[in-house]
Amino acid sequence: MISVHFPVLLVLVPLIAAPICLLLRPLPGATWAIATAASWFCLYVTVSLLFRVLDSGTISYLLGNWAAPWGIEYRIDLLNAFVLVIIAAIGAVVMPYARASVTREVSPRRIYLFYTMFCLNLAGLLGIAATGDAFNLFVFLEISAFSGYTLISLGRDRRALTATYRYVLMGTVGATFYVIGIGMLYMMTGTLNMMDLAARIPAVAQTRTIHAALAFLTVGVGLKLAMFPLHTWLPNAYTFAPSAVTAFLASTATKVAVYVLIRMYFTVFGGAEIFEMFPVRETLMVLALAGMFAGSFVAIFQENCKRMLAYSSVAQVGYMVLGISFATVTGLAGGMIHLFNHALMKCALFLVMGCIFYRISSVKIADMAGLGKRMPLTMAAFVVAGLSLIGVPATVGFVSKWYLVLAALEKGWWPIAALIVASSLLAVIYIWRVVEVAYFRPVPEGAPEVTEAPLSLLVPTWIMVLASVYFGIDASRTFEVAHAAATLLIGGGK
Amino acid sequence: MTSSLAPFLIFYVGAGLAAITRGRLRQVLLLAVPLVGGLNLFYLGRGDLVTFGLFDYDLILLRVDKLSFLFSIVFHIAAFLGILFALHVKDTTQHVSGILYAGSSIGALFAGDLITLFIFWEMTAITSVFLILARKSATSQATGMRYLIIQVMSGVILLAGVLVRYQQTGSVEFTFIGLDGPGGALILLAFGIKAAFPLLHSWLVDAYPEATPTGTIFLSAFTTKLAVYALARGFPGTEILIYIGATMTAFPIFYAVIENDLRKVLSYSLINQVGFMVTGIGIGTTLALNGAVSHAFAHIIYKALLFMSMGAVMFRTGKINGTDLGGLYKSMPLTSIFCIIGAASISAFPLFSGFVAKSMVLAAAVEEGHPIVWMVLLFASAGVFHHSGIKIPFFAFFAHDSGIRCKEAPFNMLAAMFVAAFLCIAIGIYPAPLYALLPAAVNFDPYTAGHVLAQAQLLFFSALAFTYLKLSGLYPPEMVGINVDAEWSYRRLLPSAVRAFIATFGPIDHAVRHLAMRGTQRVIVWIFRHHGPEGVLAATMPSGAMVLGVVSVLAVFLVLYFVS
Repeated sequence: MISVHFPVLLVLVPLIAAPICLLLRPLPGATWAIATAASWFCLYVTVSLLFRVLDSGTISYLLGNWAAPWGIEYRIDLLNAFVLVIIAAIGAVVMPYARASVTREVSPRRIYLFYTMFCLNLAGLLGIAATGDAFNLFVFLEISAFSGYTLISLGRDRRALTATYRYVLMGTVGATFYVIGIGMLYMMTGTLNMMDLAARIPAVAQTRTIHAALAFLTVGVGLKLAMFPLHTWLPNAYTFAPSAVTAFLASTATKVAVYVLIRMYFTVFGGAEIFEMFPVRETLMVLALAGMFAGSFVAIFQENCKRMLAYSSVAQVGYMVLGISFATVTGLAGGMIHLFNHALMKCALFLVMGCIFYRISSVKIADMAGLGKRMPLTMAAFVVAGLSLIGVPATVGFVSKWYLVLAALEKGWWPIAALIVASSLLAVIYIWRVVEVAYFRPVPEGAPEVTEAPLSLLVPTWIMVLASVYFGIDASRTFEVAHAAATLLIGGGK
Repeated sequence: MTSSLAPFLIFYVGAGLAAITRGRLRQVLLLAVPLVGGLNLFYLGRGDLVTFGLFDYDLILLRVDKLSFLFSIVFHIAAFLGILFALHVKDTTQHVSGILYAGSSIGALFAGDLITLFIFWEMTAITSVFLILARKSATSQATGMRYLIIQVMSGVILLAGVLVRYQQTGSVEFTFIGLDGPGGALILLAFGIKAAFPLLHSWLVDAYPEATPTGTIFLSAFTTKLAVYALARGFPGTEILIYIGATMTAFPIFYAVIENDLRKVLSYSLINQVGFMVTGIGIGTTLALNGAVSHAFAHIIYKALLFMSMGAVMFRTGKINGTDLGGLYKSMPLTSIFCIIGAASISAFPLFSGFVAKSMVLAAAVEEGHPIVWMVLLFASAGVFHHSGIKIPFFAFFAHDSGIRCKEAPFNMLAAMFVAAFLCIAIGIYPAPLYALLPAAVNFDPYTAGHVLAQAQLLFFSALAFTYLKLSGLYPPEMVGINVDAEWSYRRLLPSAVRAFIATFGPIDHAVRHLAMRGTQRVIVWIFRHHGPEGVLAATMPSGAMVLGVVSVLAVFLVLYFVS
């Protein structure tokens, strides 16, 4: 039965699709078709995996049938099944959108590269989430990172190149730190399998080496997930990359890194009770809060809308890290729900940016004057997704903030609950700036005629927008999965 | 046959239909909305009719009891009046947002739990702001945003209160809340913002005079009265409300005296009237609560009538300042009559609706042993008579002849004012149906010799003074209003007291504001310095510095973990 091999097919199919795209280089249409088919296949596989996990518990798949601690194990539990669905779903929605958007934003000679690298990136991200082996994770981390660098450098703006260079630098440092951390763990325990590590770490938990490993891992993964103040690579990379790339990476790459952080803290170090150790929780919490505010404040003053959203991502990542730092079931569930919800709304917002760029070749806020009248559907999508970012009830943003606030109150940490609310009010300001220009400023004299974005861009955008409303009204599904996963991670060990 | 259709749905569907229709069809549709709503109300069952689960809470979308039912009736009437009055307007935004606003307020009335209440609470804020923005002047844009921020903030505070309360009690049901914890205090603050408690009231006098002539009718009816309803359900008998309410009745008088913009005068008078209701809720006895609720009922109608008459004047003349108007009774005789009926009602003339409602609160204050509160309320009643009863109709329609000659108000406006005026008189003459609707049984008779004589004495004496001053020409016409009030209470003391008050507290107020502004400005400058495009947090760092930063973060982590 082929479905037994789903955990590995998930990675293999896009991985093989990549060289096929390369071979079909003269036919951009065919490369697009292959990449789309691969992404849709992955969506189907991840959804069926999620249902299987919900149904019958964790799936363990042994690569090449080598037994676990020696061979590589793919281990799908509720947490990564959830993350896999997010990645695949975003990929499957962005692909149909990419066709028109990429034709407009990437030089025709390089279009095949986009699809090739997209497939590689998808394989890498899905691999990170699927694998149960810490070193295998590093390999996928590098696959996704290098394909990500290429994708970003495809932007026509020449600044995309320096942005990529900076991302390469930081990404490499992050990956190196990660591998140093893993190396230290290996030194102390002699294993790379995550479950095996989890079993062996408690015995050596109080050694300096393990502490150092934890520090390296935190900073390495923190770089990848753009935790403040390690986010410096992110704004330029998101700003100058082609819109489809930004939409995809913004809602998957950092999310996968958040997943890795959760996996490291709660599975690998799960038995060591690291949150009882003095500075772990405090440092995470302080950085999360600092990121929430610094990111939002910087976003308020941005002139470029894509850059503004990039800084807002830094702030939003803060919410997820905050949820993790509570280390309670509600907090972790809140962080994970926000991971899902933020993927939806940020993807929608960056897709809107792509629609706007498609028509007016700019995403500067000042150039959006009067767009509310000229591109009503696009701007309406921005408003709804923006409301979600703020956290207005009946949108996903509200649901995740609700659980984060609840988690803070559960612990009796009033000031933190207040800070969560306060920082989401900052989002009102930066979203409103765009709304004000788009709806209340007149169209500048002599501006070229602008029509609504084509349907092939609008439909994926609105799918994301509607999803971010749907899951805001009917939050029970996401909540159930996240809550069960959080219970598994926190309560399962005890 | 009973209905369990949530009343707000009729309004929301109606708004949707109004958005896509035009002309005569839309007018018919608009008028049908509150009528169909009224019909549905007639057949509406009692109890928890619509419930659903969200997360792990049981939400009650539609809970009907006597209190919410009474308010919903008057909200339907107000919606009908507002729509009829605005029927000639050709602005989709105003029509749609007006209906949505009315529907959201009605939805909030029937919310059986605090989360549903919060959702409608915010909906009223978001839908109503368009009635202000629709005026499309620069000031109305700024006012609209200020209004929206304050209203949304009230919702956020409400939500915070609900969360805290949920943590304490494990329930989100909307029943008696009381002040026994931080949750209750936050919820009271949220209600207080919408009810325009003293110091929290500035949004009201800022926003209502800036709305469109027709938008103010909607605004004046719903937001504050929704808050009164919420207070009556959540905080009856909370003692602090007595003093808050008494302050609310008194302080706007001073501002209303010196205000020239007649719609602003009405806005202050609105706060004063809401003060009576809040006091009643604070006293919390059956009589007081009945008084507060019936006062809200009567008040919505006569306040709408007054705002409508001013709206009609503004619609025809484009002016609203007392000094610019006058002598309009020649051009707009019907409007003047309706305005006088509204003025008589708010001043509580016997046989008008204000009389049968207001005296209950006053009587309750005496019964419960609050003599000082009673005196404040009496002073406030006199103040009402002055600034709403005399100043409004006199400056607009009589006083010196401004020379303005215009047409009578359009038919739909007159019709709306007629309906409101009819209701004012009907309730005044025959209050039994209103009393029957009240939450508790009523054994109160407004038409005792004592009540009527006391009120008549108060009113006739000021009428006499008014006539004497007018005939003797002692004062320029514009000043008559003030002097009648002075004749009645403090004679000349009042204006000078006001002036002294402003002279003393003006500079303090100014200094505090200045300090606050400077502080805020400094914070913003500081934030901008670090977070602005050139700031250290936003600027693109050189790659070397970037990596150095990462290494320092690692170093900090290592040191911290090693120390532990």
